Amino acid sequence: MKDIRMLLRAATAAAAALAASAAMADITVGVSISLTGPTSALGIPTKNGIALWPKEVAGEKLNVIMLDDATDPTKGVQNTRKLITEDKVDVVVGSVTTPVAIAMADVCAEAKTPQLMLSPANLPPGKGEWSFRMPQSTAVMAIPIVEHWKKIGVKTYGFLGYSDGYGEAWLTDIKPLAEKAGIKLVATERFARPDTSVTGQALKLVAANPDAILVVASGSGAAMPHKGLVERGYPKGKIYQTHGAATMDLIRVGGADVEGSFVSSGPAVVADKLPASNASKELGTRYISEFEKANGKGSANQFGAHAFDVIIVLQKAVPLALKKGKPGSAEFRAGLKDAFETMGRTPVSQGVLNWTATDHFGYTPETGVLLKVAKGDWEVVPN
Amino acid sequence: MDASIVGILMLDGATNGAIYALLALAIVLVFAVTRVIFIPQGEFVAYGALTLALLQLGRVPGTVWLLLGLALIAALLDAVARMRRGQPAAQVAPAVLKSLVVPVLIVAVTWWAAPRKFPLLIQSLLTLAIVTPLGPLVYRLAYEKLADATVLVLLIVSVGVHFALTGLGLVFFGAEGFRNPSFWDARFSAGALSLSGQTIIIFLVSIALIVALFLFFERTLRGKALRATAVNRLGARLMGISTSGAGHLSFGLAAFIGALSGLLIGPATTMFYDSGFLIGLKGFVAAIFGGLASYPAAALGAIFVGLLESFGSFWASAFKEVIVFTVIIPVLLWRSFQHGHADEEE
Repeated sequence: MKDIRMLLRAATAAAAALAASAAMADITVGVSISLTGPTSALGIPTKNGIALWPKEVAGEKLNVIMLDDATDPTKGVQNTRKLITEDKVDVVVGSVTTPVAIAMADVCAEAKTPQLMLSPANLPPGKGEWSFRMPQSTAVMAIPIVEHWKKIGVKTYGFLGYSDGYGEAWLTDIKPLAEKAGIKLVATERFARPDTSVTGQALKLVAANPDAILVVASGSGAAMPHKGLVERGYPKGKIYQTHGAATMDLIRVGGADVEGSFVSSGPAVVADKLPASNASKELGTRYISEFEKANGKGSANQFGAHAFDVIIVLQKAVPLALKKGKPGSAEFRAGLKDAFETMGRTPVSQGVLNWTATDHFGYTPETGVLLKVAKGDWEVVPN
Repeated sequence: MDASIVGILMLDGATNGAIYALLALAIVLVFAVTRVIFIPQGEFVAYGALTLALLQLGRVPGTVWLLLGLALIAALLDAVARMRRGQPAAQVAPAVLKSLVVPVLIVAVTWWAAPRKFPLLIQSLLTLAIVTPLGPLVYRLAYEKLADATVLVLLIVSVGVHFALTGLGLVFFGAEGFRNPSFWDARFSAGALSLSGQTIIIFLVSIALIVALFLFFERTLRGKALRATAVNRLGARLMGISTSGAGHLSFGLAAFIGALSGLLIGPATTMFYDSGFLIGLKGFVAAIFGGLASYPAAALGAIFVGLLESFGSFWASAFKEVIVFTVIIPVLLWRSFQHGHADEEE
């Protein structure tokens, strides 16, 4: 009995050693995302996007280790430590949840391992040297809206947004842009996603009578304030929504009341409707066809697209980093970071990235597209 | 701020207040009878609205599986308890099977009816039939064994039940929200005020339910039994009233009121799997006005909360919730100065 146990132990050790040596030569990507908990709705499509990753990147075998952070920053930090110390990953991907992604950034910086965040997390200056964002910043997504306002001659606008980080980020990002264009903010109102009515806010906004109203909310939660404004007699065609609302859920719940309204969006979700000149048209179309082949029609969304884009970025950065060192080494990881910062303009399915040493958001102003709801579907507004 | 704005805000506040009033009544009822501070009350609102939303889409809502699962577990526990007491299997089996008849019937009817997309009214009745039995089952599985525990223990159980039901809601309905079609699309306008058919239905149903509850408590034997249990558990038991039966009944009423509120509010707003919590919490604030004991004070409190919320969202929308939930502090202070702490624990 004892002999058998010894034998087993030896065999396990040998297998582990073999596995470890095999892993040394491959590129190992450690993923920690929220597969359970309140933001699992973001994590699960991301996982489906990761399932589309190829077996190889730039001729090197790709190992993916995926862990669940349960939407918990503490768990995210534990996962990151495990990925870095035990699995010796070359790059950390995640999390989809902003507070978790921020907590992970410290660990990645400490271990000098690049992190590709799947959430547009803002980090204080000096932090996040090793962290790069896959999603667009709100500042970039505000550009198509302000550009459209300039074009049609909007002079004043009102703001009706979530009383949380998303609403706040939009307010701080769109204000300077609009001010530069000479467009004044005349009313600022807030609401929360579980609110049952926005009558009070809508009354005040409609009374201020701005040329346009920006509604900042996400998914189907964006429909209630929209309907509230329309109910108070504000014209539908003057209401603008953010990329958080650029899902079919807005149209499904909003129905006729959102018809003719405008939404700012990343390009991937409407790739098939983009003009051929758009840099993301081809990649976005490929993402949608691959993702929907695996997950069913109408399943493609921006979260899967960010996961899809991770590979596009790696495909460009890995050959550059391989010149600096072998995968698994500190040189390779530093090489990856340098490659991210110096590889220049990179079209991905969700826009055009251009990371630099100082800008780790990096999306260029050409990224966002403005959509219009027409006959229960999206229509791209030409700029 | 002119008269028309005041009018619109009052109407909006009173509409929401009517829903909060229903929930506040349910919370007071459950607390008075079982001493449970029923935090998951709001979950039944979400379950009601979203079960109807899925039926509208022609899908079988996940809540029927919850109903079936809970009923099976309850039946199993029941069987074990009976066997332990030494009842022969021949007696246990029919009794247990009998308790499963209604849930299985509801599941079968839903299974058959869901893809057929019956008219809204029939689907609403089906929704009530699915969600209402969840109340007594939740009581049976989570609270009954602890019926004599302290209020604090029961409160902690409530928090647990709330999380469990919210999590299950996410599984059943997904993360995105739904908006149900209106029961009555008519619109009436009087000056700047515009009254939708749905608003009228909310008022009428709320008033009808309050009257029905009043008649139930005053005129029927079961209602009187509930009141007796609320006044004094031990005394009621000595008079031959089943306190556990009273618990089942009060939870059934709470689930019914919750589901009905969900049906009423569903067409007026977008409901998410977790929307119910905040709505229930406002009902709870209203119930506090009545000291968790007085129905009329709770109903008035609910209208007040609705109005406060509506005017709060007009004046300082960023602080709306802060305003609503801060009001609870002076009310608690006033109540504790007025009544002291004599009624804390038996």
